[in-house]
Amino acid sequence: MINTDVAIVGGGPAGLCAAISAAESGAKVTLIERDGELGGQLVKQTHMFFGSEKQYASTRGIDIIDILLEKLEKNKENVTIMKNTTVLGRYEDGLITAMVDENKYLKIKPESLIVATGATEKFLGFPNNDLPGIYGAGAVQTLMNVYGVKPGDKVLMVGAGNIGLIVSYQLMQAGVKVEAIIDAAPKIGGYLVHASKIRRMGVPIYTSHTVKEAVGTDHLEKAVIWELDEKWQPIEGSEKEYDVDVMCVSVGLSPLNELLVMAGCKMQYVPELSGNVPLRNENYETTAENIFVAGDSCGVEEASSAMVEGYLTGLTAAAKIGKIHPEFEEKKADYIKQLDDLRSGPVGKHIRTGIEKIVRR
Amino acid sequence: MLEKTGVPTKEQVMNEFPDISRINEGPVVVIECYKEIPCNPCTTACKFNAIHIGADINKRPEVTEEKCIGCGVCLSKCPGLAIMLVDGSKSDDYVHMTIPYEFYPLPEEGDIVEGLDRKGESLEKVKVLKVMNPKSYDRTPLIKLEVSRKYMYEFRNIRLEEK
Repeated sequence: MINTDVAIVGGGPAGLCAAISAAESGAKVTLIERDGELGGQLVKQTHMFFGSEKQYASTRGIDIIDILLEKLEKNKENVTIMKNTTVLGRYEDGLITAMVDENKYLKIKPESLIVATGATEKFLGFPNNDLPGIYGAGAVQTLMNVYGVKPGDKVLMVGAGNIGLIVSYQLMQAGVKVEAIIDAAPKIGGYLVHASKIRRMGVPIYTSHTVKEAVGTDHLEKAVIWELDEKWQPIEGSEKEYDVDVMCVSVGLSPLNELLVMAGCKMQYVPELSGNVPLRNENYETTAENIFVAGDSCGVEEASSAMVEGYLTGLTAAAKIGKIHPEFEEKKADYIKQLDDLRSGPVGKHIRTGIEKIVRR
Repeated sequence: MLEKTGVPTKEQVMNEFPDISRINEGPVVVIECYKEIPCNPCTTACKFNAIHIGADINKRPEVTEEKCIGCGVCLSKCPGLAIMLVDGSKSDDYVHMTIPYEFYPLPEEGDIVEGLDRKGESLEKVKVLKVMNPKSYDRTPLIKLEVSRKYMYEFRNIRLEEK
């Protein structure tokens, strides 16, 4: 059995920052990642990040990993990294079990636990949505940006949120033709600067449109879309057809946090945070003592805020077990301010509303 | 309009352009950041304090045109690629416009490429004057182009001929 001060499940932006911050506080940290590499979704983000200097704005996601790994390296005497390790369960006595390399089981006993397991993609129901060639946006990004594989030649992008817009742009950079971007909502959900930069490449964006059906025998050959009225009902006769071999579905994410449910944390469905999320206090501690949460697993947001949440939670989770950073108060106040800054504008309104529902003081 | 299609109206675009007298004096930025988002690297990038956002990083950038020297550093730092340079000091018929361009292959100096508007539709053939891609631009190259003065408010992108 491995004993550790702080165990962190998930080595994405939130988990990495939590590990840095807890280690800097003097805690012994075990960072557990199911993939073979750290970084989570950052490994696919070839675009520059928004935010301000403290959240590495204007730096590409793929380069932010290097910055974070370097910070982790500086604290290596306090950090144990376990890759290819999947956490399987959390038991009443605080023990967590994990599988390493798909053939070895481990028991880990942390003093405090940070769950930073991220989110999972939502999908869309329409006839033939299981045809090969219909992907989630995450898969398309992984193929292109991690493995260097072109997913197809002609794409219909479903979803005009930031991910749909960014992946469309990256597809075009990879030499793939994006025929159109559609979204069922009446307005573009993502940042308009992303929308404009794709629109000026000649790609049309159709809001109030959804997929009617996919057509093909053994793979996608055609996508049929139609327009929605103000009540989100399809309009007969408004169909458009696209000869595409790829349909990329980017219709949002859901928080991934079954571990917290298993640990008995009180959960609540909060639409503004995209799903079932744990109740927590301002230190990101859940209703189960010494179990903390950070990043998309406590509400789907941007990677910038996931990183700041990670830094904050690493700090508070370490402090809770007596590993108090010498500049605890200053740092905590700074992270809280950064989060407020990121969320204070119109695009952060739903996040503020959602957080209001789950934070217990 | 913009929120449904990604294309700003003519009025929105015109609001972001400096006065023609300033454009004719020399290069100056045009920032098309129409919606409040939490982002401020343009202000951090500007060594001349010509771009202001302030303590609330959700505010839209404000340009002090007299302070902008048209260096173009902010163009490659804007994560939304929302900034371009316009310079009307060179000729009565043409303006020089500099845009960020993140696609391979890059054009070469002297190339004639298709000039596009904000919908990606063709305006005219434009000449590539300069391709700037130093390490400090971090893979966001800047392309300077010669554009007919009459298309100054429409021009926003280029397309290279497929080889």
